[in-house]
Amino acid sequence: MDILQIVFLGILTAILYLVIKDLHPTIAYILVIVAGMIILLSILEQISSVFELIHYVSNEANIEHVYVETILKVIGIAYIVEIGASMTRDAGLSSLATKIELAGKIFIIILAIPIIRSLIETILAFLPQS
Amino acid sequence: MLSQDATLIFQIAGIGIIVALIHTILKQMGKEEFAQFATLVGFIIVLVIVINGLSDIFEQIKSVFLFQG
Repeated sequence: MDILQIVFLGILTAILYLVIKDLHPTIAYILVIVAGMIILLSILEQISSVFELIHYVSNEANIEHVYVETILKVIGIAYIVEIGASMTRDAGLSSLATKIELAGKIFIIILAIPIIRSLIETILAFLPQS
Repeated sequence: MLSQDATLIFQIAGIGIIVALIHTILKQMGKEEFAQFATLVGFIIVLVIVINGLSDIFEQIKSVFLFQG
């Protein structure tokens, strides 16, 4: 999507938000959510082309496929958590947003467990047996 | 595609303004319960739009990030 369109969409949403905020606060909040959603949807197509590039580079460099996939999953979890947390924070519930972020961190660590394990095993293999 | 999405924003803003208008008019007429009901219905309509979009975006994120072949 054109960058100008996205920027104008944001400005338009801000103006409409200011108009509706006094009339109906809940619908104004939903308006902000929808604007963020539309911007993210238009960005996601570009992100997938970037990911194709990452896959191409990792294929050329003979990196094991599992590692790249894990990194992409971590990025995906980070995006989802960020969306949810920022929504709850916009609604004024920053404590709930912090808990959502905590859940995201824990899921990321769970995803990283096999990589950390293999790293430690590699380091242990290098150490001299005494 | 984005211009079509901008209509979504105008739609929601319009629903918000109209619902607030109806609420005010019904309140002036002294029908408090109907005013609350109108607000509730408008909110539910907007909520349906938002939930559709949210499920759409989460599906797309899942297909882009989580299920790489």
